Amino acid sequence: MGVEGIGARVTRKEDKRFLTGKGRYTDDMTVPGMKYAYFVRSPHAHAKIVNIDLSAAKSMPGVIDVLDGKELQADGIGNLICGWMIHSKDGSPMKMGAWRPLAVDTVRYVGDAIAIVVADTSGEARDAAEAVVIDYEVLPAVADVTAAMRAGAPQLHPEAPGNLIFDWQIGDPDAADRAIASAAHVTEIDIVNNRLSPNPMEPRATLGIYDSAEDHYTCYTTSQNPHVARLVMSAFYNVAPENKLRVIAPDVGGGFGSKIYIYPEEIVCLWASKKTNVPVKWTSDRTEAFLTDAHGRDHISKVRMAFDADHRITALKVDTIANLGAYMSLFSSAVPTYLYATLLSGQYAIPTIHANVRTVYTNTVPVDAYRGAGRPEATYLLERTIETAARELGLSPAELRRKNFIRSFPYQTPVIMNYDAGNYEASLDAAMQAADWNGFAARRSGSEARGKKRGIGMSCYIEACGIAPSAAVGSLGAGVGLWESAEVRVNAVGTIEVLTGSHSHGQGHETTFAQLVAGRLGVPIESINIVHGDTDKVQMGMGTYGSRSGAVGMSAIVKALDKVEAKAKKIAAHLMEASEEDIVIENGELKVAGTDKAVPWFQVALASYTAHNLPSGMEPGLKETAFYDPSNFTFPAGCYIAEVEVDPETGETDIIQFVAADDFGNIINPLIVEGQVHGGLAQGIGQALLEAVHYDENGQLLTASFMDYAMPRADDLPSFKLSHQNTPCPSNPLGIKGCGEAGAIGSPPALINAITDAIGTNRLTMPATSMKVWQAIHAAH
Amino acid sequence: MYATSYHRASSVEEAVQLRSAHEEGKYLSGGMTLISTMKQRLAAPSDLVDLRHIPALRGISIEGRRVKIGAATPHADVAASRELRALCPAICDLASHIGDPHVRQMGTIGGSIANNDPAADYPAGLLGLGATIVTDRRSISADDFFVGLFETALEEEEMVTAVTFEAPEKAGYAKFNNPASRFAMTGVFVAKTVSGVRVAVTGAGSDGVFRHPGFEQALTSSWSADALANVSVDPSSLLSDLHANAEYRANLVKVMAKRAVAAAG
Amino acid sequence: MTKVTLTVNGRTMSGECEDRTLLVHFIREKLGLTGTHVGCDTTQCGACVIHMDGRSVKSCSILAVQASGSAITTIEGLASQGELHPVQAAFKEHHGLQCGFCTPGMVMTAVDMINRHGGSLTEEKVRTELDGNICRCTGYHNIVKAILAADAEMASGRQAAE
Repeated sequence: MGVEGIGARVTRKEDKRFLTGKGRYTDDMTVPGMKYAYFVRSPHAHAKIVNIDLSAAKSMPGVIDVLDGKELQADGIGNLICGWMIHSKDGSPMKMGAWRPLAVDTVRYVGDAIAIVVADTSGEARDAAEAVVIDYEVLPAVADVTAAMRAGAPQLHPEAPGNLIFDWQIGDPDAADRAIASAAHVTEIDIVNNRLSPNPMEPRATLGIYDSAEDHYTCYTTSQNPHVARLVMSAFYNVAPENKLRVIAPDVGGGFGSKIYIYPEEIVCLWASKKTNVPVKWTSDRTEAFLTDAHGRDHISKVRMAFDADHRITALKVDTIANLGAYMSLFSSAVPTYLYATLLSGQYAIPTIHANVRTVYTNTVPVDAYRGAGRPEATYLLERTIETAARELGLSPAELRRKNFIRSFPYQTPVIMNYDAGNYEASLDAAMQAADWNGFAARRSGSEARGKKRGIGMSCYIEACGIAPSAAVGSLGAGVGLWESAEVRVNAVGTIEVLTGSHSHGQGHETTFAQLVAGRLGVPIESINIVHGDTDKVQMGMGTYGSRSGAVGMSAIVKALDKVEAKAKKIAAHLMEASEEDIVIENGELKVAGTDKAVPWFQVALASYTAHNLPSGMEPGLKETAFYDPSNFTFPAGCYIAEVEVDPETGETDIIQFVAADDFGNIINPLIVEGQVHGGLAQGIGQALLEAVHYDENGQLLTASFMDYAMPRADDLPSFKLSHQNTPCPSNPLGIKGCGEAGAIGSPPALINAITDAIGTNRLTMPATSMKVWQAIHAAH
Repeated sequence: MYATSYHRASSVEEAVQLRSAHEEGKYLSGGMTLISTMKQRLAAPSDLVDLRHIPALRGISIEGRRVKIGAATPHADVAASRELRALCPAICDLASHIGDPHVRQMGTIGGSIANNDPAADYPAGLLGLGATIVTDRRSISADDFFVGLFETALEEEEMVTAVTFEAPEKAGYAKFNNPASRFAMTGVFVAKTVSGVRVAVTGAGSDGVFRHPGFEQALTSSWSADALANVSVDPSSLLSDLHANAEYRANLVKVMAKRAVAAAG
Repeated sequence: MTKVTLTVNGRTMSGECEDRTLLVHFIREKLGLTGTHVGCDTTQCGACVIHMDGRSVKSCSILAVQASGSAITTIEGLASQGELHPVQAAFKEHHGLQCGFCTPGMVMTAVDMINRHGGSLTEEKVRTELDGNICRCTGYHNIVKAILAADAEMASGRQAAE
């Protein structure tokens, strides 16, 4: 059997347990004495809590206890926080309203948690929750950002007059205005980025276990970043000091951003476990997930793009309003600022860019990062705008893009980012060829003959992954550093455990990370185990989001491996009486280069632990730790092309083909990378065609189940045509960029560009449901 | 779900008896709607009388052109019946588009029509076929059976035992799915029956399934999709929701009617 | 409390539960078979699909008492003697799973699909038949590929056996 190293299509090590029902998710955990929690939640979008009467609920069958926010507060449990400070352009800090884990005096969205019931069964807990009597004074509510900014709108937090959280800008407004005033052509467009519910298939769950003998807490939770959860719960929520709190994120059934954040339920279940002296498990149902998981996107923007007579972009000016919901979630402030406006240059050389971003409170679920986080918003805005410009100027969309591509690297954009490498034309060419762009006209005629409207549209995206250089993000307001850690632990028999601060919830780290090690050492992939997701096992780590685990997490493993190899070489040199510089590691052996002298890997490992014959002064053992702090973001980029056929009678869109050409730099496992792209595309296509969260004017959630929120299903999607171009990333040792979010970032504008091309009108917002497309066709004719 | 008590009946008589003994009880057939509703605590029957184990309620029998489908026959069995398909493929096609493959294994025709969800498929099929609904005590014509939203002519404790109809000369069903729930956002069943042309619409009416006399007249004059071109659909009595407003539904009613006629041949 | 007896993956198993207990919760909590999952509350996602008396059903929408007396196959009962079922093997080979949460339902659905349509599946048919199963990770691309591959594999197995 050959070694399955970098570049091999290795099938996943973790698959067998998932395929045989042996995955261990949080809701699968049971411990002796465990009881079930149900949360009492606000049915109102905005109300004062006048009185809470728990007495009837406490006497219901099976009930252990019912606890509310006053008790929580009295026990010193802190408020939830946003971890990224943004300052308004007037220098004032963002206005963070208090978010209590259990609301005490005011509720601000439907689903705001008020009390927890702990009972013998989940049915009894829910029965008792209905017996909690709460007197509300219902207040006027506002769910829409525009309405929330109007004079006289309901006010959510006393800290934030006018519901304004911050009014932030990037770039030079005057330079942008001047460029627009002197432009040969200006394209103006209003852009709406629809609000989405992430909906990983595993609903959130948590199991809080308090051990009174040790005064110690264990928290099983559906988290993308257990260490950050522990840090935040210790440092800000006062649940317990870090050494008294173990957080375990076992198998996690998808996250897409929504499981980054520390939600009230983890905190409250841990606290309730201490109060009731029983382990407390809570599992969200899907309706609760719609009501309480952080939503994504929800931007409205006004855009102006200026061109000179030669069709070169001279300026971009953007005014965005972002809905952050009722409270500021953990990363919420970073998403519409540094993860969004810094990508507004796209793949284009734009000398002047100015973006103004206002963030607003509304009586809706908090909004935070969802797959792509800011970058889909930037890409949709830019790619809809440049497509519109091409139509206005009568140019081919490919040629207008080509004319404005950045072609030399590194390239400093006017919005902070410094692109390190790329070849945008390569992806554009590959995509156009795969899509048979030139044959489209004939295909369109064929559709017309069948009474269908055919359209084609493209999108050239760039994103920033591998978040991020700690000093850089620190200077921009981040509350934490965004490095990653790794520990490579070689056992005495030569098998290896890699402990990583990254967390896999579908990404296949157990395979990809093992491939890296197998390739480096020439040992079988089966001899390597990846350990993650447990704060008692793994040293501090930052978790998985923002397509960072490859570029940052694996780079940390590389650093640790460098140290392990250096020590192993010293030992091997000593054993073979050779010079350390002459030792090479190949096929599971340490060899003296140019000779047939070699010791097997396991023998070096054994020697390190027997310590009978080590170089003088060397410590026994073979285990090394590394922390890797990236020097730059990475910049995956690519070109997507969608071809659609619209049924003018019903407005239904059929995706005829979808082509994705991506440059992710070097690829460790193409099988897994393709899977990441497929999934991202499905979410992007879902956003473009199907998905939207709707609230009514009173802040009631209208899309609170899969009955009303349209999830992409198999028959909504085509099979995808993928290709990869490769400009290796110069900013990390593996030359990799990140692939987890690209599909969701690049696909929505390609689809909307294709549909608007098909129906001959540009006035269409996402999701392009059959009704909206039908209406657009009728409005245009 | 609220607490409830389960009873399993082995005959129609036993079922009716059990149901009569519990005022707040309900019959439970496949449960594909009732259990979901109970899970959301939107229904709280004190007792459930399970009909799935009554052999007499299950199966399809055909005599000449007369079709009888037992109330507890799952949609999958209707969809897969070769005998029925030979006689009335439209009803098999309709059944094959209800819910999803798993729902079709449990969900039954009796349960579907007794619930009379305004977006369910069978009400359109049975109204379009001019079917008769047989209960433990009487026969009710489909025209009389479907009363309104989730409302039927069934009395308390009355139980659907079968559905019968005369196979039509031609019939067709066209459905436009709600993108989220996959229920019919509009479904139209057209049939050329022994007693004339019938067109029934589900998913669209604000008062549940309904017949469309304008379409029926037009198709009586000329059985073709083109015959419907100049017949209008009044949006004022149609449902309006997130996914389809009344105007769009009116359009879908017409488009689906044309497609149903085309499918019928 | 009512006693429910089932034949699960070939073994007779019983447990006491409330009449309101859903079959999926009975299987997960009383029988300790946690491979069957709950991903929604409206009978749509299909994470809970099992086979009951040979038919694929959604165990989140059936009471345990309703199922009493039935023969149940769950994801845990598919592999025999440690050997993956051809559908499970195809999912692994074609990367038809990521987070693994929808996977048991997808696999049970695929087995049922091949049982009913074996040898005649097309991409379009597979996509239609997946109507009752939602996956958020894979975009379905590799699930469809895996099911078609398993169908072909099993069809050639049947031919060889004939």
